[in-house]
Amino acid sequence: MNAMQTKKKHPLTLGKRVTDVLLTIVFSLVSIVYIYPLLVILINSFKVKAYISNAPFALPLDKMFANVDNYVNGIALTKFFDALKWSFVITVLSVFVILLCTSMCAWFISRVNSKWSKGIYLLCIFSMVVPFQMVMFTLSKTANLLGLNTPFGIVVVYLGFGAGLAVFMFSGFMRSSPISIEESAMIDGCEPVRTFFSIVLPILQPTYISTGILEAMWIWNDYLLPYLVLDIKKYKTIPIAVQYLKGGYGSVDMGAMMATLVMAIVPIILFYLVSQKYIVSGVMAGAVKG
Amino acid sequence: MEKAIRKYWPVFVLPTMLAFTIGFLIPFITGFYLSFCDFTTVSNATFTGFTNYIKAFTDTSSSFVHSLWYTGLFSALSTVIINLLGLIIALLLVRGFRGTNLFRTVFFMPNLIGGIVLGWLWQVIINGVLANYGVTIVTNEWYGFWGLIVVMSWQQAGYMMIIYISGLQSIPGELTEAAAIDGASAWQTLTRVKLPMLMPSITICTFLTITNGFKLFDQNLALTNGMPSNRSSMLALDIYKTFYGRTGWAGAGQAKAVVFCLLVVGIAMIQLRLTRNKEVQQ
Repeated sequence: MNAMQTKKKHPLTLGKRVTDVLLTIVFSLVSIVYIYPLLVILINSFKVKAYISNAPFALPLDKMFANVDNYVNGIALTKFFDALKWSFVITVLSVFVILLCTSMCAWFISRVNSKWSKGIYLLCIFSMVVPFQMVMFTLSKTANLLGLNTPFGIVVVYLGFGAGLAVFMFSGFMRSSPISIEESAMIDGCEPVRTFFSIVLPILQPTYISTGILEAMWIWNDYLLPYLVLDIKKYKTIPIAVQYLKGGYGSVDMGAMMATLVMAIVPIILFYLVSQKYIVSGVMAGAVKG
Repeated sequence: MEKAIRKYWPVFVLPTMLAFTIGFLIPFITGFYLSFCDFTTVSNATFTGFTNYIKAFTDTSSSFVHSLWYTGLFSALSTVIINLLGLIIALLLVRGFRGTNLFRTVFFMPNLIGGIVLGWLWQVIINGVLANYGVTIVTNEWYGFWGLIVVMSWQQAGYMMIIYISGLQSIPGELTEAAAIDGASAWQTLTRVKLPMLMPSITICTFLTITNGFKLFDQNLALTNGMPSNRSSMLALDIYKTFYGRTGWAGAGQAKAVVFCLLVVGIAMIQLRLTRNKEVQQ
């Protein structure tokens, strides 16, 4: 299926075959251990909450079985489907805006050679390393002042904070891509905006996918930025909803927590299984550009 | 061509730069300035020099100094463990035995799950195991420390594995074949051929794990929330708690954040320089 298989060129010796079988067995066991934590949460989501901390590894049988009560509670306490909706809206909108704006910006700074271009590029790299806590307080105040505390306003904040990685990825690709097609189009009288949309944008498709995946993974799972920027009485994303179950000083309803965790994980795993190929190549592309 | 594009800067550059100014530049600059001020909101700041920095370091509950070395130790240890695990798994998986694709899928999966969700998930599991010994993850800060190591290794080993696999696959076959013909043992091939050729991957993986370790927040918040009494707070969480948990400490919180920022940027630069030097040119 991929390059891994092609490496087996030399004939298989008996020793190699035995090692391979052993490795398959060892890795199967390790994989089961690896997934086990997820299974424990799934099991506990069907358990009466009093037993979750007492007997976390027991199966939910007889009096321990809670049916779907935890799910009903979890959905009600966290308003889960609202959170799912806002997570989805924020992630999709932000990724779309980030990809469009930063790819245009990256094309400009890699084709126009000036002090400004270099400055923008260096600032973008710098912003990737700066920890969020450095700007956390002032960013939330600025966002509030400008009325960006809605799921649509936060897109601007994500564009600003996510620009670093995206500009970096797009510039990395553009520096290695030939300039001649763009040049001939523009000599034929095609103005820059049209050149970008009809020539550059199609070539960029693989980079759009890998950058989009990296940004989406970050935004979907982000907790502190939306927690501080959004008006969380009205809008919660999934991570905020999960953490919200803990409330102020009250104890946590562990049953509802388990069910909410399962509901938070299932969409991600489904997405992963469907688009695994792109996710893995996105991670590889991100690493190579580094 | 350059001239023609240059005229269109408002279309190409302006949207990103406006958002970048709002989302990064202004908060960064005002944040830096506020670290030298006494304030409760941005508008009532008065300049006080280095008072906040002194306050941050001489805090009687000494949470900042404690979180500094607690975070440093965590980053160093987690970087070693995660990279070793990722590299070992990658070396074995590129052999290409039955099921490698499935195993790769399994090991990468935890990366897509967010930090908050992971923290709560592991809290249940770790507390379930510790209950046998009559303690919980917040009994002292070292349970939380090892708990975080387990969570982060479980989450990130698969990510590093992917990067190492792509690095290993890009090593030209002639090199390993030449080593085999010259009679190199498997260990010699690994240390003299594969690892030197893998240095770019090692650079990026150690960079990612070190900075992720220093910046860790979500998992820390969900797993222990800094308990007991802020002893298991890493830097990011300690700064957050200084800002939003203690009145009159916003200035000191911002000062801590500036120190934190300098530390992360400094370490990232040193690390890149150190490992880049070891990279071989093809």
